[in-house]
Amino acid sequence: MIPLSWFLIFSAALFSIGLYGVLARKNAVAILMSMELMLNAININIVAFWRYTNPSDSAGQVFAVMVFAVTAAEVAVGLALVISLYRRRRTVVAEDINMLKW
Amino acid sequence: MDPIQIIFIVVALVVLAAAVMVVTTPNLVRAALWLVLALFGTAGAYVLLNAGFIAVAQVVIYIGAISILMIFAVMLTRRVMTDSGPQTHQTWWLPALLSAALFAGLVWMLSGWSGFEASMPAYSDANQVVELGVALVSPEGFLIPFEVASVLLSAALIGAIYVAWDRD
Repeated sequence: MIPLSWFLIFSAALFSIGLYGVLARKNAVAILMSMELMLNAININIVAFWRYTNPSDSAGQVFAVMVFAVTAAEVAVGLALVISLYRRRRTVVAEDINMLKW
Repeated sequence: MDPIQIIFIVVALVVLAAAVMVVTTPNLVRAALWLVLALFGTAGAYVLLNAGFIAVAQVVIYIGAISILMIFAVMLTRRVMTDSGPQTHQTWWLPALLSAALFAGLVWMLSGWSGFEASMPAYSDANQVVELGVALVSPEGFLIPFEVASVLLSAALIGAIYVAWDRD
């Protein structure tokens, strides 16, 4: 039997790796990929808590499905922004994108 | 150590190694393919948690749709970002330090919690998908959040088409 702590430490490590990617990567698409890793870590946590606390109630799984929907929306809008930026500015490096900065 | 624990350790190591490759590989197409492996391993973790529907949804949504979108975005924005140059900032050690500190802090905080070593309660997942489906569409369940999520998703997709539209 796997104790809950294994899943929590696993998802904490995955979240930290994703945070490193978001902060250290230059390419905007790579930042979005690292964000996927962080959202996956969150989903593992949600499903693990559902399984270990109250598995007969499906609320935890519904929560995970909602996170899927929000993630899909986030990725679609994020990648559309990156492609639109690439068309206008010919760059996908996050630090060169300063049109809203003054 | 029983077989389930060994399977978990293998899955976790594969996912974490793939995740490290995602954030460190200079070649972005390879990073996207490592991301597919990490997402697949996560589906394995869901199977270990008896969440069969979530595992299948993970494979269909993440691997089938989101990673394909990522690969397309990488290919469409490839020319400027040559694969040879440095892909991380010069001060990459600062984020590394920060995420190591976050990991240590999370583990320290969780180890003080009383439910940390909880073991898995017995659970039969025979009609799990039926229960989940009923919960998603019944008014006593999660009908309103489900509808709000679908409106959010279609609004986001229409917005994505509008933003990426080539007007000139």
